[in-house]
Amino acid sequence: MKNKLIAIEQIVEMIPDGAVLMIGGFLGDGTPDLLIDALLESGKKGFTVIANDTAFPDKGIGKLVANKIVKKVIVSHIGTNPETQKQMIDGSLEVELVPQGTLAEKIRAGGYGLGGILTPTGVGTIAEDDKQKITIDGKDFLVEVALKADFALIKAKKADFYGNLTFNLTSRNFNPLMAFAAETTIAQVEEIVPVGGLVPDEVVVPHAVVDYIVRGDVK
Amino acid sequence: MIQDSKLKKEVIAKRVAMELHDGDIVNLGIGIPTLVANYLPSGVEIFLQSENGILGMGPAPRPGFEHPQLINAGGMPVTFLPGAAAFDSAMSFGLIRGGHVDATVLGALQVDEEGHLANWMIPGKLVPGMGGAMDLVTGAKKVIVAMQHVNKNGTSKIVKKCSLPLTSIRRVNLIVTDMAVIEVTENGLILKEVAPETTVEEVIKATEAKLAIPDKVVQMPISL
Repeated sequence: MKNKLIAIEQIVEMIPDGAVLMIGGFLGDGTPDLLIDALLESGKKGFTVIANDTAFPDKGIGKLVANKIVKKVIVSHIGTNPETQKQMIDGSLEVELVPQGTLAEKIRAGGYGLGGILTPTGVGTIAEDDKQKITIDGKDFLVEVALKADFALIKAKKADFYGNLTFNLTSRNFNPLMAFAAETTIAQVEEIVPVGGLVPDEVVVPHAVVDYIVRGDVK
Repeated sequence: MIQDSKLKKEVIAKRVAMELHDGDIVNLGIGIPTLVANYLPSGVEIFLQSENGILGMGPAPRPGFEHPQLINAGGMPVTFLPGAAAFDSAMSFGLIRGGHVDATVLGALQVDEEGHLANWMIPGKLVPGMGGAMDLVTGAKKVIVAMQHVNKNGTSKIVKKCSLPLTSIRRVNLIVTDMAVIEVTENGLILKEVAPETTVEEVIKATEAKLAIPDKVVQMPISL
């Protein structure tokens, strides 16, 4: 089996301008900060970012937005980042807002081999614009199509050398879902343990969907 | 009418807390709803759910004990109570959308005669995104709106028809303000209670929407 543990510079080389990135985290908690910093230093740009939110201008995904290397975000919330709102208004950043539970399911569907999901959330609101509606047993649902990405940049607590992952407290959020939904999944982890060092019951994401591991610190 | 703004919030939070039952799974929004946890009646144990993946959320830790990977949906440091569970966002919204959350308490920009809620966007002015609000209002068993009766300009937030984009077409169940408790029914809004130091006439005057006024409107059973 190949060694999945690689240097962060090698990761950045793999990611081209304009790539579609899923990035884990909730207001920065559970966002792989080292991967974000490496992307910033690389000078690459034009990314589409799929994430829960754009955090703060000086934190997590917010830094990518503030440095103008993102052309589109698909997120549930931008209220904590004035820079996102400013760029949305001046037209330099495209913002697609998706209800949070719907976003989670669109990503899950992408990773689980589904074409999309049916949800009652958003029916009768502006979230239903341009979407197909289906009635089942008299109840209306929106058809929300699956999301996929070129790369998932996620953060976990521990990995073994195979790439099995565990998570810590509230930093789990979108990370396990995104791990399945990208062509290439890169996990920044706080600790690497030998194979066999994780109890099977504690593994949240199995190694099959993790391509590369990068070591970072608790943040 | 109550004038003091801190007291207004306290009245709302205290009254909403009476709607929660022992064992309830509850999601509290940001602002006044967060205060509700401070006023639970004795003997009532509830389990707070947070969108970012917690069931069994506790209060803020004491200074110095904050952990950067233990936050609430507003990004503030919190704690786990014994028996808490942590999970991913799909499971978190499975609880919410799947009808496993007994009650959600949310703020509002507007609520209308049909019980429709607008609380996530002011076109051209404020576009923070809906976050988890649309899923919460669509999926929770009971939706309680906790808000000030009028906005900063003195305009009623309980309107005939929402002019702002709706959060959901699901009707909210109860509106609790610093002036009144209003029940939302298929046939419209019913005034159930008035706040201390508040008259029925004052409530009617401060409300744009049509209110049904029963013969007997009691005072909120809370002490200031």
